[in-house]
Amino acid sequence: MKKGLLIAAGIILMIVFMGGCTYNGMNGTQKEAQQKWADVQSSYQRRSDLIPNLVATVKGVANFETTTLTQVIQARASATSIKVDPKDLTPEKLQQFQQSQGQLSQALGRLMVVSEQYPQLKANENFKDLQSQLEGTENRIKVSRDAYNEAVKVYNVKVTNFPNVLLAGMFGFKEMTMFQAEQGADKAPKVEF
Amino acid sequence: MTNNILIFNRLRQLGLLLLVIFSSFSAVAANKVFPEPPNPPRLVNDYANMLSSGEQQQLENKLVSFDRTTSTQITIVTITDLGGYDVSDYTIQLFNRWKIGQAGKNNGVLLLVSLNDRKAWITTGKGLEGVLTDAKTARIFRNELKPAFKQGNYFGGLNQTVDAIIEVTKGEYKADKKSKDGGIPLAAIVVIIIFIVFIIKMTGGGGRGGNRRGGYMSSGGLGDIATGMIIGNLLNGGRGGSSWGGGSDWGGGGGFGGFGGGSSGGGGAGGGW
Repeated sequence: MKKGLLIAAGIILMIVFMGGCTYNGMNGTQKEAQQKWADVQSSYQRRSDLIPNLVATVKGVANFETTTLTQVIQARASATSIKVDPKDLTPEKLQQFQQSQGQLSQALGRLMVVSEQYPQLKANENFKDLQSQLEGTENRIKVSRDAYNEAVKVYNVKVTNFPNVLLAGMFGFKEMTMFQAEQGADKAPKVEF
Repeated sequence: MTNNILIFNRLRQLGLLLLVIFSSFSAVAANKVFPEPPNPPRLVNDYANMLSSGEQQQLENKLVSFDRTTSTQITIVTITDLGGYDVSDYTIQLFNRWKIGQAGKNNGVLLLVSLNDRKAWITTGKGLEGVLTDAKTARIFRNELKPAFKQGNYFGGLNQTVDAIIEVTKGEYKADKKSKDGGIPLAAIVVIIIFIVFIIKMTGGGGRGGNRRGGYMSSGGLGDIATGMIIGNLLNGGRGGSSWGGGSDWGGGGGFGGFGGGSSGGGGAGGGW
């Protein structure tokens, strides 16, 4: 009788301990992925922060084509209006975020192409600096997105593996969404010097 | 209706399968495109043979001594072609594969040149982005590297670029002193010496008090081993505490000790020449 009780207590203790380990593992990787998401957002934010300066510089050039400029300004406004809390990262929200940022990428790409036709702009040191900053920021976005996807992959494997999958539902660990590669839309604008 | 969904699901499965196969292919291809970290480690890796061996050595010496004093690792890699990669993408990936710069500081710089593509890129570690900004890096590329490369003066271009990067980054980091106060503290040495003397006395005393000669020998032997062990430990401890033990930038008698585990967040600039 006593022995049986002891064994039962031991088993319960083991389950609690294992559950705790599993929980910690899932929690740790989830926090990691959420941190990477914050990095993704801040690298996009960095790009948005560069745009007012870019717009001002381009506007300074006589009779610069206004439609491309307006498109950039509008795309920036709609892209910055979407912020996603890492705890609330649903596939729909991620897609929305990606779409609006993709539109901004396209608008910026067009602006860069159009700016090629303005020798005055191409010779402007300030514009050259902005070009290189923008280019570097696109690269940072790519690196941070890759790191986020990598972290989500690790987390998703953790929550869908057996036996973690049993506990994942109980503790509310859901699979997280990765960035999808976009066809051309998300390519960094090619800036040649 | 349900049939359509079924077909759609099948297609999706097929697509996923193709994706898996394709990505495994590209993974194999990627490994061929990116060279392994050099062994023995070097900071100048002229895979495209753009420099004479004397020029390589001159740059290597400059970069190694900069690494020693500042721990900032400026690395030069020349390749013949990018294998279809974008030059910035390639350079960032190579940077993070080789882990250039020190782990906590992320103070690496990778200057990559692709000869046949006529493109170059300078990628900065996260810890240097503050001083070596994208705009500044782009200026260095435009003013130092590009004009010289246009004239086919590869060594001159690389040398000037390196000088400019050194000028900008030199105040940012200092090499860690591996020994803080000359290895083992004095008090520890005193305690250890007292301990050794104590053991020798004990074993010696045991020998004198022992009634058999064999007993004296064995205990004396034990004492010697113990003394040897303590002295050995002392020496080892001294090594670990000094700048010679496990130091990545001091190993190998003056050469470059290896990359330190740094990473890049994607900062940098460059272009075609």
